[in-house]
Amino acid sequence: MDAGNDWAAAFFGLYNYWIVVVLMMVGFYIVIAHGNLIKKIIGLTIFQTSVFIYYISMGNVDGGTAPILADNISQYSNPLPHVLILTAIVVGIATTALGLALAIRIKESYGTIEEEIIQGMDNPG
Amino acid sequence: MKDLFAVIMLAGMYGLLSASFFVTMDAVDVAFTEASVGAGISTLLMLTTISMTGRYENTTRHRPMLALVVVFVTGSLLIYGTLDMPYFGSAQAPIQLHVAPHYINNSMSEIGIPNIVTSALASYRGFDTFGEVVVIFTAGVAVWALLMVNVQRRKNTEIDDANNSTHEQHFIVRFVAKMLIPFILLFALYVQFHGDYGPGGGFQAGVIFAAAIILYSMVFGLNTARRVISQPIVQLLTAAGVLLYGSVGIVSLLSGGNFLDYNVLSADPIAGQHLGILLIELGVGCTVASVMILIYFNFSGRKNDRELEEHKETT
Repeated sequence: MDAGNDWAAAFFGLYNYWIVVVLMMVGFYIVIAHGNLIKKIIGLTIFQTSVFIYYISMGNVDGGTAPILADNISQYSNPLPHVLILTAIVVGIATTALGLALAIRIKESYGTIEEEIIQGMDNPG
Repeated sequence: MKDLFAVIMLAGMYGLLSASFFVTMDAVDVAFTEASVGAGISTLLMLTTISMTGRYENTTRHRPMLALVVVFVTGSLLIYGTLDMPYFGSAQAPIQLHVAPHYINNSMSEIGIPNIVTSALASYRGFDTFGEVVVIFTAGVAVWALLMVNVQRRKNTEIDDANNSTHEQHFIVRFVAKMLIPFILLFALYVQFHGDYGPGGGFQAGVIFAAAIILYSMVFGLNTARRVISQPIVQLLTAAGVLLYGSVGIVSLLSGGNFLDYNVLSADPIAGQHLGILLIELGVGCTVASVMILIYFNFSGRKNDRELEEHKETT
């Protein structure tokens, strides 16, 4: 009986991390298994978002509110992960744009953005 | 899925969905940014990219079974690792106990603004944020260098003809866009200057401002947009934002404080903090908005150029 309760507590206490792990692995699979460079970039952004969700969920406090100071509120969620992730999102889009720009240039010089074909062209035979 | 268009649309929905995750976890500032970036700008940039690189992907995979095994093993190890983590929402977790209470309890007396996220972002870790603005600036310059288009090379009339034929037919879209754009710009300015008191700040405002300009250039054509905001000015603003941020640091250094220590900017430390945060948020907003506009201009300028070249080859 106790063991059952422990498992339930663990499930409801840790499900946020498990969602993060699943999302992260989805992104990871896309990055390693797909040959299309645009798909790889999308996989990377999914991976990235999972890390964002991880940080934000760690900062969450039960019964807390958004960290904007006001009267008659005593419990705030942790503002520090928010600060880190806020800037990381904007830096993330800037680097994603850089990746997409590289994909466009690769398409222009190789005529394709499929990884195998590009490798075949670089190492013939 | 082979159709990248559908994939990108799903990715946009995922971005909006994760923004709502962030709202439910009390991170309103982050949700704001994710909604404008994940669902807006990144979807747009990816769509522009696939219009150049092709809509369908090849279905071959690199050893999918091996990849699946690697992913499964890594995932299981990570889940095993989470068993020792503090429970979700626990107020006793280590992260809530060490430095966070200091900011929650003291930031009002030290910085004087209610939004703790803004005071930590702009003041406590101002130096890190400076580094991040420089990263964004560098990425913008790198995209520009990769996709540089010569604005003067083409005759404007040639592009105008192409623009007019595609844009004149969408009367309703143009009308609605014309009505919305002033409000989007106004909202961006509100987010920029209200970041001290509510969710918002330079990063969000910059992205929203850029979204308005990008909407304009999508509906009315890139060349019309370039006539309104010329690209050299955007390039100048990109650097001006970083310079403004850096010079606030230098001024506080020269006034006898540390780099980016706003207390010395004014006789009253709290007023100095207000002034410093206002200025550096302005620098951040300036750089972020102009980098996003610059990236979009380069992406779609590249596309226009290639279409014209193909057009010439066929005729």
